[in-house]
Amino acid sequence: MAEVVVEALQKQFGDFIAVHDSSFTVRDGEFFVMLGPSGCGKTTTLRMIAGLELPTGGRVQLGGEDVTWLRPAQRDIAFVFQLFALYPHMNVRKNISFPLRMQRVRRSEIRQRVDEVAQMLRIEHLLDKPVSNLSAGDRQRVALGRAIIRRAKAFLFDEPLGALDAEFRDLMREELRQLHDRIGATSIYVTHDQIEAMSMADRICVMNQGKVLQVDTPMDIYERPKTKFVASFIGSPSMNFLSAKGRIPVGSRQIQVNGTCLEMPRLREALDAEKAEIGIRPEHIRISSKGPLKGRVFAVEYAGASQMVTVDTSAGRLKVRIDNAQRVRENEVVRLLPDPTKIVVFDPHDDHALDSELFEEKHHE
Amino acid sequence: MNKSRNKAFSISESSRRSKVVAGTLVILYALVTMIPLVWIFLTGFKSPPDSIAYPPKVFFTPTLEGYVNLFTTRSRQTPEYIKSLGPPKTWYEELVRKRNMVITGPSRFKDRYMNSLVIGFGSTFLAVFLGTLAAYGFSRFRVPLKDDLLFFILSTRMMPPVAVAIPIYLMYRQLGLTDTWLGMILLYTAVNVSLAVWLLKGFVDEIPREYEEAAVIDGYSRFQAFVKVVLPQMRTGIAATAIFCLIFAWNEYAFALLLTSGTAQTAPPFIPQIIGEGGLDWPAVAAGTTLFLIPIVFFTILLRKQLLRGITFGALRK
Ligand SMILES: Nc1ncnc2c1ncn2[C@@H]1O[C@H](COP(=O)(O)OP(=O)(O)OP(=O)(O)O)[C@@H](O)[C@H]1O
Ligand SMILES: [Mg+2]
Repeated sequence: MAEVVVEALQKQFGDFIAVHDSSFTVRDGEFFVMLGPSGCGKTTTLRMIAGLELPTGGRVQLGGEDVTWLRPAQRDIAFVFQLFALYPHMNVRKNISFPLRMQRVRRSEIRQRVDEVAQMLRIEHLLDKPVSNLSAGDRQRVALGRAIIRRAKAFLFDEPLGALDAEFRDLMREELRQLHDRIGATSIYVTHDQIEAMSMADRICVMNQGKVLQVDTPMDIYERPKTKFVASFIGSPSMNFLSAKGRIPVGSRQIQVNGTCLEMPRLREALDAEKAEIGIRPEHIRISSKGPLKGRVFAVEYAGASQMVTVDTSAGRLKVRIDNAQRVRENEVVRLLPDPTKIVVFDPHDDHALDSELFEEKHHE
Repeated sequence: MNKSRNKAFSISESSRRSKVVAGTLVILYALVTMIPLVWIFLTGFKSPPDSIAYPPKVFFTPTLEGYVNLFTTRSRQTPEYIKSLGPPKTWYEELVRKRNMVITGPSRFKDRYMNSLVIGFGSTFLAVFLGTLAAYGFSRFRVPLKDDLLFFILSTRMMPPVAVAIPIYLMYRQLGLTDTWLGMILLYTAVNVSLAVWLLKGFVDEIPREYEEAAVIDGYSRFQAFVKVVLPQMRTGIAATAIFCLIFAWNEYAFALLLTSGTAQTAPPFIPQIIGEGGLDWPAVAAGTTLFLIPIVFFTILLRKQLLRGITFGALRK
């Protein structure tokens, strides 16, 4: 088990920069998820940590040792590929024991360790079967078995659930997280699925276009996004954005949205720009006669436990999540009350979130 | 017919009628292609007069004369001399004496056959071996001028062999490679290796890199990963490629005719020159051809599963 430190890592393919100056630290025993849209450089980063790709800049440390230029075999890491990469010409037992057979481990010990791992993953009955006939879930378990048998310093997963269908994915998600809790190995897990990221991670690293945007706990990522991209990428439906009046001094507690004054967490950073943008999540808005914003209901969607109301206001269209007890009809004029402690203000120039009291009460990890 | 028009039918499963039609066509085609082979096989068991009889004989008394003639050299003697020799010691001597001949020694067919085996399998092995390594390199490494090199390798196959036969003959004479096993093995390897590289590269391309990467992460060296993970998955491709190479080397005629005459001559230029009385000894030629076909048929049947998969696999790409 070890800490993984990535420092100013960069990867360039020709003129194209796939990974841009990325830095983060994965703590010992942590389940660390890298989340981002397709093509943002997650796989490339992971492959550089594994040593399958050489960086064009920066360093990788594993357990305090600089491994940037070491061959993959010398790093003592395990990698689970998206398509599992099970060797088709070997049966399950051979696949799982493959890493050990390189290490001159005694035969009896190999047997014992394979049995141990198979028991942990509940695939003992499959050990002598060829891998070609296995179901996707069982293939996944065999791939995991091959990864954990070596007791490597860190585990890297590249979208390991991507090839499974939805039902299996939920199941494997739980299994994987339980497995992690049992063996406590440092794990870096790449996905573009925010539900996976939110439910499994100790901490999430959000990437976009080759850049690391934020590294935080799932709760902080959700409630205290550092950039507009993070705010809009996480959450379904995504955060509401409204344009507001700019030029706000430090310490301000109010912001003007289309002539209406909204309460917000006290700012600790001034905004110089002419305009500002505020973000508020659908569940942080209430429909209430005391609300400062006025709008007309455009649509009401029933969603089981809650309902999603779309409201057109003079500042733009908003999604509001309310509970089912409240009756709202289409075309009704309603008043909206955003939760003043949850509003995030963004600088439209670089889309970063202005520092405010919201960020102060950060959850302690 | 009218009734069935309204019936549902399966798209993936052919109807009984179309199965019968397809089956008949396949059998007909097989018969047409088999007739020359069957004729050669039969001719091998005919007597020389039967083999050139007109109209051709389909029913005849089988004899092993053709095979005896193939493996021996004989000389014609007077009946008095043959009588003076006493009773024949073996069945084949008896067969030969009926035509007023005596066996004077073994023919060179056995040596020619051996040459064919050594040169055919030797060059196939070399071509597949080199082709596998080159294909892996082209598929996995960033080779400078990769496309140009690959095209160059292919272009060696574009010229008909006759066009380069004379220069090769001259070079081989200088190098002392004419009429040697080494010379012929090198030549057939050179011709086959381009085919091998192209075929095998397709197969390596189909094997995801993740397999090797997984092995490399698990502590194996690149070469070990190649041997333990890539090669086993290339089996089909290697088998298919080997058959193609062997068929070429085994059947090659033009170079063999030009570059070999004595010690290293292969069977193809030898067989059609088996002279009997009054021209070609057709039963012996047919017997030689029959024996010549055996290894390749055997090899193909042995690998037919891989071959079938290899061919359809290749056709599905691009
Ligand atoms: N070997 C390569 N040569 C050139 N460009 C590459 C190479 N590998 C990756 N890229 C590019 O780098 C970018 C990042 O790729 P990467 O595979 O890391 O994305 P990703 O975040 O894993 O995406 P996905 O969710 O689709 O797997 C992509 O635009 C990709 O086209
Ligand atoms: Mg990826």
